[in-house]
Amino acid sequence: MKRRRFAASLGSCLLGRLGAAPAQGVETTLVVASFPDLDRAAQAARAQWARRHPDIEIKLVSRQIADHHTAMTTALATGAGLPDVMALDFRFVGKFGASGGLENLAGPPYDGMALRERFERYAFTQAINKKGELTTLPTDIGPGTLLYRKDLFDQAGVGEAELTASWDSYLAAGRKLKAATGAYLLGDASDLRDILLRAGLHDGEGLYFDADGHVLVESARFVRAFEMSLQAHRDGIEGRAQPWSNDWVAGLKRGRIATQLMGAWLTGHLRNWIAPDQAGRWRSAPLPGGAFASYGGSFYAIPKQAQHKALAWEFVKLLCADREVQLQSLRVLDSFPALLEAQQDASMAAPIPYLGGQRARVMWRDIAAKVPAIPVNRYDAVATDVIRDAFEQVVSQGVAVRDALRDARVLIEHRARWR
Amino acid sequence: MDATTPAALVAARKRRPLRARDVAPYVFVSPFFILFAVFGLFPLLFSAWLAVHEWDPAEGLKAMHFVGLENFRFVLTDPWFHRAVGNTLWLSVATALPQHLVALPLAAFVHEKIRRGRDLVVGAYFVPYITSSVAIALIFSTLLSRDYGAVNALLAELTRVPLLGSFMPDHPIDWLGDAHYAKPTVAFVVFWRYLGWNTVLYLSALQTISPELNEAATLDGASPVRRFFHVTVPLLRPMIYFAVTLSIIGSLQLFEEPFILVDIEQGVSQSVMTLAIFMYRLAFGEGDFGAASAVSWLVFALIVALAWLNARLFGREGRGE
Repeated sequence: MKRRRFAASLGSCLLGRLGAAPAQGVETTLVVASFPDLDRAAQAARAQWARRHPDIEIKLVSRQIADHHTAMTTALATGAGLPDVMALDFRFVGKFGASGGLENLAGPPYDGMALRERFERYAFTQAINKKGELTTLPTDIGPGTLLYRKDLFDQAGVGEAELTASWDSYLAAGRKLKAATGAYLLGDASDLRDILLRAGLHDGEGLYFDADGHVLVESARFVRAFEMSLQAHRDGIEGRAQPWSNDWVAGLKRGRIATQLMGAWLTGHLRNWIAPDQAGRWRSAPLPGGAFASYGGSFYAIPKQAQHKALAWEFVKLLCADREVQLQSLRVLDSFPALLEAQQDASMAAPIPYLGGQRARVMWRDIAAKVPAIPVNRYDAVATDVIRDAFEQVVSQGVAVRDALRDARVLIEHRARWR
Repeated sequence: MDATTPAALVAARKRRPLRARDVAPYVFVSPFFILFAVFGLFPLLFSAWLAVHEWDPAEGLKAMHFVGLENFRFVLTDPWFHRAVGNTLWLSVATALPQHLVALPLAAFVHEKIRRGRDLVVGAYFVPYITSSVAIALIFSTLLSRDYGAVNALLAELTRVPLLGSFMPDHPIDWLGDAHYAKPTVAFVVFWRYLGWNTVLYLSALQTISPELNEAATLDGASPVRRFFHVTVPLLRPMIYFAVTLSIIGSLQLFEEPFILVDIEQGVSQSVMTLAIFMYRLAFGEGDFGAASAVSWLVFALIVALAWLNARLFGREGRGE
């Protein structure tokens, strides 16, 4: 009897706790799932949000970038633990956008398409899936730039014009640099390969797949990218150090790597932790040969099974389409705004001390405007893996470029089986 | 009918209301069964279910389509699967064989020769086994860095030594970035990590061998080497069978070491892509959980086949029968 009474009291206690929550009228909580450093943008936007909705709390769930996307995959799979607002890195936009698990922000009750003209054209195109649904909204972008060590190139007697005139002159400058200073032109030949794959693309052209889903990896664009990158490897002007590896960080720190083709956001990483003591020695230039490309970018989406969709949409618009919040992200994260109004702000013309006082953001803005709008494909990540492997076969196994690319096409066609 | 007959007892028990005492044993054993059902049985059955379905988890549970054996056909015709099988078998042989060939004499040596401080020696060999993978990755990637690593710095110093210098490479070796070196390097780290574990297994088996057998052999004039091969090794067969079985299972599931030492985004990661890594990439990189589950069942079949082969090789004696 005692036991039964205990069980009953425990039960009523638990029920009481659960039942008490709505009764007390605690405010609604909007769950936002993000990853570092992007989470700092949502954190910083809390103040603006609180002014609009003092009764609605923002709960920020932040995981490391890989864990975040795995957790979101699991949440979409099971329908459990889904946030109201989901941050997505560019690499996952194609896959998640095609999944059918995200709200179409183009249709009612959303007014996503009305925002189109306010965003950088290419980033907005990336947010649209194959079916024409707007599944995400871009928040920051990565206009591609050539960051280079001016002091090292001065020693080698190479000016910026010579460095960026064409891809051939870029590689020739690398050979001069190696002879004069011993420094590598590139961290890794694959950096060159990846940018050359994107160079010369036009609006609507896919990177690996055309509009009908045909695999494009045997085209002249791929052959040229492979051959030039192989040449850089043979010339010994690449350090075989993949971006973000220990060797790459050490190479940049010690001045062994003299240029990096990357999104403009790399400047923030260089300044904050990779090479803070090299302020004034780096410069930013347009990509060689008149190429325009983008590196990465961040997006926000609303899952179909989100609890508070209307509020989520309001928060997404606050993060992406509010000029003040976008500029705040620029200050907090050094991220480049996807919103055109924010790009027109006077602060964009401020000199950047780390780049020797260069007014680089204006240049990055011009680059961003010229980046072609390339549609994403759900199998882009698969194709990236296959192409990476094909290039390794060429570099270390001596496989002929055309043979490696033919094998790559066969493999991508095999892998993309549910097209 | 007498109330004391078994049938009457059963009937009486049936009528009796259920008491806490009757239920208690089941409640006490239930945690295991609940945990096993949730974390053991369910994933097993779910992966079998997935292996015959097409499913991208980002599309939700409703997006499953039955495809029969298509996933198995897809995997078996995939060149990366063939490469993963080759890499896994290569790494299995290159890690398991030296592990046992070194651990067995090492255990015998420690058993025979080291009396004082034996625990310390055994402990030193065992430490890598219990060290966290992240620490191992950090230490080895630092030691083996091409331009800044201690190993290459040592090799560069050795080039100055007369005679020995001519055998040293004239350029720094890219241990983890060059396809020719990555696989042996990973194999070495796995060997280093599991040597202590096997040594402890063999040492514990050696301690169960009666010293009288060795003494008798010594009296008969057997040399230490002869005693090792004709007394110790035959008596260790059950343990060798057990340790080799564990190595086969471990090698075929090898994931951590190659995964943490070689970045998956590097082209060279293909040369150390094991079956487990391939499975991971299919599932979490490409979102193809159906094919990944098919790989897991193929790995299971491979483990069963090799374990059976091992049992055949070591025979009944190996299993102590």
